Order: sequence, then structure tokens, then C-alpha cells
Amino acid sequence: MNASELTLPDYSQHPAYAAKYPAPVPGGSPAFFPEKVSRADADHLDALEAQSVYLIREAFHHFKNLCMPWSMGKDSNVLIWLSRKAFGGHIPYSLLHIDTTYEFPEMLAYRDWAVAYHKLNLIVKINEDARAGTGAYAERGPIGYDTADPVTVTHELKTAALQQVMAEHQWSALITGIRRDEDPTRAKERYFSPRNKDFEWDYKDQPPEFWNQFTTSCAAGEHVRVQALLDWSERDIWLYIQREGIPIPHMYFAREGSDGKRYRFRSLGCWPITGAVESDADSIDKIIEELAHTKTGERAGRAQDHHERNAMQKLRAKGFM
Amino acid sequence: MSSTSIPLPEAHPTGTPSAGTPSAGRLRVVFVGHVDHGKSTLIGRILHDTHSLPDGKLEQAQKASAAEGMVFEYAFLLDALLEEQEQNITIDTTQIQFKTAKRPYVIIDAPGHKEFLKNMITGAASADAAVLLIAANEGVQEQSRRHGYLLSLLGIRQVVVAVNKMDLVGYSEETFRSVQSEYREFLEQIGVVAHAFVPISARNGINVAGRTPDLAEPNPMPWYEGATITERLDIFEPPQPLGALPLRLPIQDVYRFDHRRILVGRVESGTLRVGDRLVFSPNNKTSEVASIENWSGPETTVAYAGQSVAITLKEQIFVQRGHVASHEERAPIESNRFRARLFWMGKRPLRIGQSYKLKLATQELDAEVVSVDRVIDASTLETVQGDRPFIQRNDVAEVVLQTRGALVMDNQDSNPFMGRFVIVDDRQVAGGGIIHGGVYADRSKIKSANIYWSEGNVLPRNRALRNGHHGAVLWFTGLSGSGKSTLARQIERELFNAGRQVYVLDGDNIRHGLNSNLGFSPQDREENIRRVSEVAALMADSGLIVLTAFISPYTQDRRRAREIVLQGGHEFAEVYVEAPLAVCEARDVKGLYKKARAGEISEFTGISAPYEAPLNPEITLHTGTLSIEESVAAVLEYITPRVRAVVEDEVVI
Repeated sequence: MNASELTLPDYSQHPAYAAKYPAPVPGGSPAFFPEKVSRADADHLDALEAQSVYLIREAFHHFKNLCMPWSMGKDSNVLIWLSRKAFGGHIPYSLLHIDTTYEFPEMLAYRDWAVAYHKLNLIVKINEDARAGTGAYAERGPIGYDTADPVTVTHELKTAALQQVMAEHQWSALITGIRRDEDPTRAKERYFSPRNKDFEWDYKDQPPEFWNQFTTSCAAGEHVRVQALLDWSERDIWLYIQREGIPIPHMYFAREGSDGKRYRFRSLGCWPITGAVESDADSIDKIIEELAHTKTGERAGRAQDHHERNAMQKLRAKGFM
Repeated sequence: MSSTSIPLPEAHPTGTPSAGTPSAGRLRVVFVGHVDHGKSTLIGRILHDTHSLPDGKLEQAQKASAAEGMVFEYAFLLDALLEEQEQNITIDTTQIQFKTAKRPYVIIDAPGHKEFLKNMITGAASADAAVLLIAANEGVQEQSRRHGYLLSLLGIRQVVVAVNKMDLVGYSEETFRSVQSEYREFLEQIGVVAHAFVPISARNGINVAGRTPDLAEPNPMPWYEGATITERLDIFEPPQPLGALPLRLPIQDVYRFDHRRILVGRVESGTLRVGDRLVFSPNNKTSEVASIENWSGPETTVAYAGQSVAITLKEQIFVQRGHVASHEERAPIESNRFRARLFWMGKRPLRIGQSYKLKLATQELDAEVVSVDRVIDASTLETVQGDRPFIQRNDVAEVVLQTRGALVMDNQDSNPFMGRFVIVDDRQVAGGGIIHGGVYADRSKIKSANIYWSEGNVLPRNRALRNGHHGAVLWFTGLSGSGKSTLARQIERELFNAGRQVYVLDGDNIRHGLNSNLGFSPQDREENIRRVSEVAALMADSGLIVLTAFISPYTQDRRRAREIVLQGGHEFAEVYVEAPLAVCEARDVKGLYKKARAGEISEFTGISAPYEAPLNPEITLHTGTLSIEESVAAVLEYITPRVRAVVEDEVVI
């Protein structure tokens, strides 16, 4: 279908929308198109873009069988844009959406829109056994936010799902959109980060990486994470989205809650554990302005990060992005 | 969209050239020094005192400190791994952004434990400047010196030394001065001048972001009137733009889409314009830039250092990943043998004579260390004693490397991006090196440079598969009577018997025919060797192992021979047949020395004309002491594995 024909249905009855953040007005496009604005620190964005494009092209050269996980969030849409820049508008690899079944419906609408708009080759993966409590999960029963803690759910519905789909497709590299400023363990990452057969990150013994020379091969069954946005900050992402006019979902922008205050999402995950933050930012300019003053962490609204001390380290060591 | 009345960066009418680092405009500062001298603590303190921390982070670190039974550990703001917090050390390097009123920074925390030196290098290699910490109570330690040395090796010239933990020595000026003079002396030996020495207490926030964290507190070091750490950061110079250097565009890949052939890569230095004539090393093919592609962006005709570009060419020549585009003037060096200063971080030692993968920009070649001049202990600057066939983890060494095929490079001091390489062992980057002492040849002297080679359907690898070996040139050089021809003929016989395609070029078959119009003047000698070089290269291209036996007394001529052969992608080895003049003269098989002494022959090498001995040959044969059999064996041992053609994944290597 043509992207322009896709519109948002009525989600007003969906449980993902709470009092703080109401469902969108039906009928509009699932995508928000920012008005292009370029600014004086173009140098900095140029440099980030050049390095990311270099990394993506290196990944494509060294790993013919690679895939780009895509969460539909702002960072992953920047990755799509950078991929198109790297390959003259084409994307010569598949994209992967790990669907936890707890996606905001609006994001799924955006997903279908973007597939048509960017002409993506998209693979959608759900860990069906975990949700249904079948197969390997027969003894434990269904995994969901109603039955397990957020760290367990994140591991099973994201990491385990990724392992399943990796086993199926035998990808030797994944291009990911994690950033150093998101989390202190991500600040210690390499651009090309090898993962063993069990997806484990050997953070205590990472390979040297300098002068733009990377770990560009791995043994069968292992894979390399190519983290093409490592140098970017949250602010850089927004400045770049604005400069390039990259389409993104609407959920980053403020809506009025039933309490009369306004809320938006800074980071998007599973709806039961992702909280909206109070914010008046209904434009990219306002988001950038907000970031200059906020002292709240970007992932503060993501429950799985804060479940226990070093929750992210534990999740990430086991293969979470 | 609302209007932009808020204090965002100003809208900018035109694009500006990028400065060519992953974070242009962000000065990258690495914090290094011995383990437990307070690097992470200082960074944590800087972030805290400049109010650069998000709320969550401070709480996280407070919780972690409590869990480890500590009051408050500033280091935990960076040392996020559980193991790091439990052991209170930094395991891996962290990058964090922060800004002063003057400009934004990327702060790089590097571990100080010797075991994590690879992580320190990973962090430091991308820095523009460094803060090196020395704890006043412990003074200059092993890693204080090693890190200082590695900074200089990595080309980081801006260094500020922070003498930390002044609180533990009673803020004593005398202790500070003594650490300063000891370390300054060390830095002088390695040619580094520290911008400043700053006495600090990271834990108490003294001379970090201010004299004291609280203005009401008394200053415990009134004797120090210099800048604080954050003031020193603001004094560092931004990295020099690379636009003024010669153009280097290492080709990353060649794509074909939308029915067009697109070359991609990053402009590492210089400026690229549509219409520029490019020469691609090592093949020396040239073509003109037809377009610079810019998907989704405005049409562009120029690309600057640091940009990742996609270009199309006017003439469709053969180009592949690893080729380096430059302008015809100021082209890079091409060689298969070069000197480098190398540091090794591999789990296994680097073995001399073993083949490794070498990566320089986008080039990947098999390479080996052929000789080690010296191994340096980076913490004492002493030469490690004893001759050993390997380089150990954390060693720094002066070496000669040889690659299989031509490597395109620059000396590190003239172009950092093309003057450094890494060595891969067991799939990981295990060592790095910087190139020095390479000689830039005038490409215009290589007259065939602009001739298009017709690429027939019979490829060198087809010939190599049929012959069982690659083409190669063994270039014998030495005085008349040193034994060049004798050895070449003997080796020819051995190789022939072993089923190799082999041929000797010497005075007998060249001087009487092809070069019969040449005499022995310097100009004629040069032309003689030029022709021999071209013939040898063609014969190697046809699949033969060529042995040339000519005095070839001039270094420059032999260097050109090497380049000509390497351009064809064939193995080249210089064989120095060394015998003292007295020995050669005593042999005097053809009675030439006698005639030269009598003045009957003018310009006779060794008597009345100079011989420039090779400085760095692949093989040296001392025929005064070695038997013919020993010399032959040495050459065969060298060349046999190098020309072997093996079928592996259908690619001949």
C-alpha cells in the first residue's frame, strides 16, 4: 500500500492509553514530518553523520548477512535515515522488529506506514511460546507483565525472541542504535562489539578498538553488534531529525492528560512499563529546549532499568541491546 | 511547528566543512594515569561540580556507594559495572559528554590498571588532549610513565598533569614540586612538554572546577595561583583541521545501484572536488570525479576531510576496496616494506616471521615483522635486553614490517590517518603501529603511471593456479664478483627442478641485446636498471619467478624497481649479495678489477664509482663467509612460502 493512504484508527478504548496520555485523534498520518531547520552546529552533526555512515558501510562490507533491529523509536528512525544516506537511498539489508505484543498500537501503525514509505524489508518476530506458555515455556507458563517482573519479561520477550530469530536467519551482525549517553554501561561499549553464542557481552574483556579499526569477523554462531549511534546524544538525535526532516512517530510530543497537565514520552518501550513524563514540548524545538534544562535521565520512564541495582548491566550482559 | 524564539543554535545559511573527527566541536580529553590515582573520581567530581549530572545518576551512584559500604564514591558515576564498583577500579574506558561555558567536551575515562592497557589505548587513541593524574602520596608510578609514553606514541601532544590526593600529603607544596620535577624530567626524555602541573584534591574538589567547591571554605593551597582543571581544559587547542593536508580517500567499497557505479569512502584528509583528476594507489590508475552523490541533500561539488562520501568517476577504471585515491601531486608512499614503532596488546606474543593481518585505513594485507631493532620498556624507556623472536604484551618496539603486496601509506608525521595501522590476531585488533622514515617517490618518474592496462581475461590468479605459484622478482644486488650471477643461476636450477617457472636476467642476456645502446655513466646505469625493472615486472606478471643479477648500485634505482614490481601486485625481494671489496677483487673472475685498477675501465663500481649498500634488504647473503649451498638455501627458504598459490574459498592468497 502507498504510505500516504495509511491513517491512524481510533485507539480510544486501548488500555495502552492512560489518563496521562490519551489516544491520538483518528484519521491523521501515523508519521510526524518535522519542518527542516539547519543550525550553526552543523559541523558537529556532519561529523556524527560521517562516522555513522562509515560504520554502517564497514558493517555492510564485512558482514554480508546482517540485519538492523528497528524499534520504530527516534534513534532507530535516524538509523534508517543514515542507512539510506550510506547506500544512496536504498537499504541493502533486512530490518527486524521484535514485537513484545505490548507495543503501543500507534507505534504499530507507524511501523506499517514506514515499511511502505521507506520500502523496508521488515521481519517481525514475536516469542509466541513465551506469551502462550507453550514449548520451552510449558512448565513456567505464559510470560507477561501480569505474571513476571519487568527484567524477566524484557529478557524473554526481547532478548530470547532475538535469539530465536537470529538462530533462524543466522545473521552475523546487527546494526543497533544504542547511545553512550543513555546508560553508563552503554558508555563503555565499542562500535563493533562481539557477542558469543549465548549472546553474552564479555564486558570485562572487550577487544581493543581504535583508529577506526574494528572487530570485523566472528566465529560461526557468534555475532557482532555494530553500534552506529554510540557517539550521539539525545539532543544530537533531535537536532538531526529536525535538520534532515526525518519522519517519526507522534508519541514524543506532548498531549493533554485528564488532569489538565501535559505529558510526552522521551523513550518508548512496552506500554505497561513505559511512563510518560510531564512536558509541554509539542514541537522539536521545545524538546531540544527541554533537554537543555532537564536533569531527568532519558530512560527514567523505563521500569526495567530500575528494577534492581545494575539491572541494565545484567540485562545487557545477557544480550539485551 | 512553533517558531524558534528559544535559545537554540543559530540557523545557518550554508554548510561548513566538518573538522573530521567523530565529534567535531567537542574537544576530546582523555584522563590517564596509574591505577587508583583518582581518574574516575576526578571526572565524577568535575561532572558534579559543574552540575552536569542528571538527577538519576547521582542517586544511582549514592545507592551503589551505600551498597559497597562507602560514604560517596564519585568514581561510581562512571564505573558503572558491578565489578568495577566492587573492586573500586575502572575496567573499561567510558566516554561522557559535558560542557563548560566555553565549549562542549567528550571526557574519556581510561583505566589505569596494567591489565587493562588495551582499554586505555582504546580510550586514548581518539583524544585531542590528555589529563594525566599522579597521586601525590604515591608519586610517579609505572603506569604514570607508560601512559605518558603511549600518549606521545598516539600523537597526543597536549598534556596537563594533575597531581592528585594533595589532601593526603597535607597540601604540601614541597611534595607537589618534587612530583612535578620528577615527571617533567621523564616527559622531556620522550619529547613531551606538559602544559601545566595542577595540584588538586579530586575527592575534596580543590582546584577542580574552582579553588574550593564552596567559596566560603578556605583555600588549602594558597601557594598555587595557576588555573584549575576545568580552566585548563578550556585552554586546550581544538584539533588542527586536516583540509590542508594532501587528499587521501581510502576506498571503502564500490557499489552498483541505479545502474551506476558508486565509490564510497571517507575523505581522511584534504579536499575533493568534482572535476578533480584522481590517482588510485597502488594501481596508479587515474580518472576524473564526475559527481559527488548526496542522497536527500542538496547538490554538492566539494567534500572536505572527515566526510563520508559517495562519488562517481568519468572513466570507468578498475577500483576496489583498499585503493587510496589522491591527487597526482603529493601521492602517498607505496611499499611492501617499512619501518614502524609498534605497541602490542595481544594475549599471545607477536612472533617475528609469522603472518598476521595488517589493516591500514581500508586496506587489509598479510604482513609479518621481519626484524626488530629494539624493544622498549615504556615505563623506564630502557631497551629490553636479549634477542628474542617475539614481542610481548605491553611492549613497544621499533620494527621493520613486510606486507604481501603493495601497501599505500604515509609517514605518520605527515598524515596521521594513513600513517598508522593495526595488526589483527585471533580476530581482534592486537597491536598498533605508526609509520616513519618512508620515502616519497616522484610518481612522474614512473612513466607508465598514466597508461591504462588492458585487463585481459587471464588474471594473475589464473596463472598462479596453473603454475602452482605466483610471479615474483628477486632482485640481487652487490659488487662485481660478489656472486650474484652464480647464486642466481644456482637458485634458478633449484627452482626449475622443483617445477617452478623461473628465469634469470643478467648482464649476459640484457646488456648485449635490449640495453646494448647503454654504457656505464650514472644516467645509463639508471636507464639500464629502469628497463630491467620493467622487463622483470612484465615477466613476473606473466607468472614467472624472475631473478635479476645486476650490480644496481643506486638506492633510488632499486627503490623504483620495487615500486614497479609492486604496482603489478607481485612479490619483490631485495637480495643483498655482500662480500668485502677485497674478497671480490681477489676473486676477479673476469679480470675486471685488474683493468679498473689499471685505469682501463672507468666508472667501475667499488673502485671509481660508488656502491650504495641496501639499508634494509629482505635477504642479506655474506658470501665471504657463507657457502654457495647455504646462500641458495637461505633464498629458497625465503621465497618458497611467499610464492605458493593455495586454493582457499576459491580465492588465491
